[in-house]
Amino acid sequence: MGSLEEAIEGLKKFLSNKDDVAVAQIEKLITGLQETDPNEFDPVKRILEGFQHFKINKFDKHPELYEKLAEGQWPKFLVFACSDSRVCPSHILNFQPGEAFMVRNIANMVPAFDKLKYSGVGAAIEYAVSVLEVQNILVIGHSRCGGIKRLMTHPEDNSAPFDFIDEWVKIGLPAKVKVQAEFGDLPLEDQCKHCEKESVKLSLCHLETYPYVQMGLANKKLRLMGGYYDFVHGKFELLEFEPRFHHLFST
Amino acid sequence: MATLSPTSFTKNFNSSVDFPITSFQTFAIFGPKLKTEQTHFRLSTSFNVRTGSCLELKAMKEPPGLTQKLDKNRLDGLTESENGCDLFQDLKHRFLRFKKHKFEENLGHFQNLAEGQAPKFMIIACADSRVCPSVILGFQPGEAFMVRNVANLVPPFESGPSETNAALEFAVNSLKVENILVIGHSRCGGIRALMSMQDEVDSSFIRSWVIVGKNARLNTKSAASHLGFDQQCRHCEKESVDHSLLNLLTYPWIEQKVAKGELSVHGGYYDFVDCTFEKWTLDYKGSNLGKNSRLPVKNRFYWC
Repeated sequence: MGSLEEAIEGLKKFLSNKDDVAVAQIEKLITGLQETDPNEFDPVKRILEGFQHFKINKFDKHPELYEKLAEGQWPKFLVFACSDSRVCPSHILNFQPGEAFMVRNIANMVPAFDKLKYSGVGAAIEYAVSVLEVQNILVIGHSRCGGIKRLMTHPEDNSAPFDFIDEWVKIGLPAKVKVQAEFGDLPLEDQCKHCEKESVKLSLCHLETYPYVQMGLANKKLRLMGGYYDFVHGKFELLEFEPRFHHLFST
Repeated sequence: MATLSPTSFTKNFNSSVDFPITSFQTFAIFGPKLKTEQTHFRLSTSFNVRTGSCLELKAMKEPPGLTQKLDKNRLDGLTESENGCDLFQDLKHRFLRFKKHKFEENLGHFQNLAEGQAPKFMIIACADSRVCPSVILGFQPGEAFMVRNVANLVPPFESGPSETNAALEFAVNSLKVENILVIGHSRCGGIRALMSMQDEVDSSFIRSWVIVGKNARLNTKSAASHLGFDQQCRHCEKESVDHSLLNLLTYPWIEQKVAKGELSVHGGYYDFVDCTFEKWTLDYKGSNLGKNSRLPVKNRFYWC
């Protein structure tokens, strides 16, 4: 027990045989000590410190850049990354303000074009490609992805369903089927790793089903890339996705 | 350019094949040609993946003239892809710098993180390139589970499954985050699109999505119609954060945790014109939250 807790416990023992005035004062002291516990996490303080650091060390140091960004954004990238707290592309690829329009969702998935079900993703792609005219779309998968693990293990593990998560990760089913067919004899951890990468490729294929992406590819104004961040070994892989026509025959 | 959609794809090729639709799409998309690239996953190296399968099958129905034209475009595009190598090299160097200056210098911390994440925050922020919370609020790896979508919107529970509420379910019920922070920002294109929407039918994705914020638009139009359009948008940017906070409470498992004091819900607003940040916390007392009442808040801060 730390010294703070010892102090609080000591005071509490004191309470038992004191008069009302003393009790009130001691209770107030206990409350004050509990509120100033240095180990207790204060979310507001955390946000303030983070913002102050940014303002002093970045914003105030680069006024021309931030003045320009206030007028508009011209990112070269649309990035899809997982919501996982460990994989923010601003850290691992050092994207600065203005560089990357960034969508983050469970397991960095891009569903196929569907206006009814997936308007959120569609809106981001439409805005980035048609309005902002990004030149590159980068989908980044990562190691030990909880969303991919859920895809690979449910419902076979007979766990209780998660209403929204399960519906979302179903997008990756073709990747799961492929991995199980090719690597079904491997341990689950290895199958998940394969699926993390296969799901990126599937998302790249799905990107092609969006009309504005097709136009961008046809006009050579857009490139599609897939990435994989392995935070266990500190590695990053990158590949480019180039759909093309092969002339098969003419009569 | 021929359009491609999964539905028309299966109609063309499914007729004589006895496969469940899902597995057929698997073979179609990940056909034998893809296997040749399995060995080509190399560290930080760019290479071309010959996926062609989905488009190749479709190409059989295209007139030869179209494919010839595309081949010419492919030749013209070669110099562009050479410049593209600079892009890949840039990404490679960015990662290697991260690895050297952050990953390896904090190896113990990253090894712990590799075993599991326990972030205290879930952040819902806009996808706008200027407002990444890792930058403006300095969230380090492991600190914040993050959802980013157009206009940082949270759809209500009754709208059904979506990417945003899948992330909410994971963060709240699995990771058990203690704080949810919805961050709006200045000059938001998504909010501007919401405020600009006309009543006629518009088939864009953007409209289908930003309509989630329609109550914020209604409130803004009634409260701020005397202001100029830019000011109305600014009003809506903040109004929309409040509506997202209310929408968070439509999820029973979120409301339960908020009521028990296990989860705090906060709103934030980043103004990148003046570099200021406002933050407020939902003051939850169940009976006070009606559909038309102002959002009860506490601990409102303004940092500049």
